[in-house]
Amino acid sequence: MESDSAVVAMHMSDGIVNAPVSLAFGVVAVVGPAFCVARARRDLDDRTAPLAGLVAAFVFAVQMLNFPVLPGVSGHLLGGALTAILVGPYVGALCVAIVLALQALLFADGGLSALGTNITNMALIGTFVGFAVAVAMRPLARRGRAGLLTTAFVAAWVNTVVASLGFVAEYALGGEGLALGTVFGLMTGFHALIGIGEGIITALTVGAVAAVRPDLVYLLRGQRPDLEIRTAQETSR
Amino acid sequence: MSAPTTNRRLGAFFGVFLLVALLLAGVVSYAASGSPDGLDAVTQSGCESVGTADGEHLQGTCIAQHAGEHASAGSPFADYAVGGNDALTGVAGVVGVIATLLLAGGLFRLLRRRHAPDDEAG
Repeated sequence: MESDSAVVAMHMSDGIVNAPVSLAFGVVAVVGPAFCVARARRDLDDRTAPLAGLVAAFVFAVQMLNFPVLPGVSGHLLGGALTAILVGPYVGALCVAIVLALQALLFADGGLSALGTNITNMALIGTFVGFAVAVAMRPLARRGRAGLLTTAFVAAWVNTVVASLGFVAEYALGGEGLALGTVFGLMTGFHALIGIGEGIITALTVGAVAAVRPDLVYLLRGQRPDLEIRTAQETSR
Repeated sequence: MSAPTTNRRLGAFFGVFLLVALLLAGVVSYAASGSPDGLDAVTQSGCESVGTADGEHLQGTCIAQHAGEHASAGSPFADYAVGGNDALTGVAGVVGVIATLLLAGGLFRLLRRRHAPDDEAG
């Protein structure tokens, strides 16, 4: 066993939800990112493509850094709002999905059959809902540094909690072992706390990038109303 | 500002970004909490090894009992170690950062628009 390991497994394992539900979310985790690939093209150019690769690598690094939230319970960055604010929701979702896929394949973190649920929760739900919150708060984010940091914090807190709700929904559909109400209470309670850490990390990171290269922060660029409308639809999927 | 200066500054910015990621994964990762994360704490809730905040200990029944051995458990970097050696977590982290950068950076480079950006003057 690896009980003394500094870095522990962080994502849903195989068998937590049953095979049909895992398969269904496996389909979601293929269709969703495929759609993101198609939409990501317009957000990637010679400057944003390398930035997006670095953002993905940064998310991998920070996901290793579990921080304590309660005695015996830790949390780590999910990265949805962070990536969406910096490189947009489509590229951002792909960043998180790539991190999750590598973690499952190379680091045995998060089950292979659970990759669909993990990608759905963290890469799709977390990223698009986090981005929707950030867009709703964009007038505040444009107003100044405090506004941007507040926006990043709130969007990240929400992305953490909604991702945990994704797990609760999947557990309700195909899990067993603990009462659903207990799972809901524990998941949302823990992730309300973890979301504070996610918010702080996201605000620090977005704040650092915006201080040096505000032109690279996707949220602060052009209005792109066509993207926002489709983002809202994507969020409700 | 001239294009070469801009590019040099952008390159420096990217270099610092990568350095920070490498330091976080390679060095700071040793300070990470070893406690189960929120999700694992929930799935282990009810089994004896886990103490949750509200002190719930439902002996012997928990979600995690349904979890199987990981299909990639034989990977040399399984559990963020190198060949099972937890002392090399930092090495595993650096490998992960570089692997992510190559995979994600490669994909995004392939997907990027080749013509001049239409909305990003300056």
